[in-house]
Amino acid sequence: MAKNEIKYLTAIKAEKREKKFCRFKKYGIRYIDYKDVEFLKKFLNEQGKLLPRRLSGNSLKYQRKVSDAVKKARQMALLPYVTDLLK
Amino acid sequence: MNNYELMVIFTPVLSDDEFKAGLKKYAKLVTDAGGSIVAENPWGLKSLAYPIDKKTTGLYWVMEFTAAPDFIETLKIQMLRDEAVLRHLCTKLDKYAVVYNARKKSGAKTGTEKLTEA
Repeated sequence: MAKNEIKYLTAIKAEKREKKFCRFKKYGIRYIDYKDVEFLKKFLNEQGKLLPRRLSGNSLKYQRKVSDAVKKARQMALLPYVTDLLK
Repeated sequence: MNNYELMVIFTPVLSDDEFKAGLKKYAKLVTDAGGSIVAENPWGLKSLAYPIDKKTTGLYWVMEFTAAPDFIETLKIQMLRDEAVLRHLCTKLDKYAVVYNARKKSGAKTGTEKLTEA
């Protein structure tokens, strides 16, 4: 038996990934305001770039609305185009 | 008559009464063209996320109004000609946006509060 092969008594349970849901459908939000910077920041990563759908869990329709709102906010200097440690 | 929302950034060197005069000028422009102003919300001096035209702060102003579609073109020309305006953005509001703004103005709960902590 290889020396470094560690046998666990119970199998390691794969970390159960909680089911992602589209928050807009769940909470029934229909309009994403480009002026609401705090809310938009939830969809940006550290460098101010847009999070992909697989991470933000949005449905396609609302991901597009979020990206439009973020681009408008960037245009009006409410959000930076590129930065570090945005949060 | 569509619903529009206009956001304007004025240069910070503007004195307060010039700023007010600028607001009145555009507000009058809307009412003259047969539109009506739903809401007006000057945010005042705010720091910009990145320098525009070598300036790091700007006087923000948001106005919600209804106007005929062809009025937006004349508004844009006025804005571009006015050198006190750093940047402007005119967006068309769909029916959900109008409801959202109305609720936000009246302080009612828009959906995003429950979301900000989620």
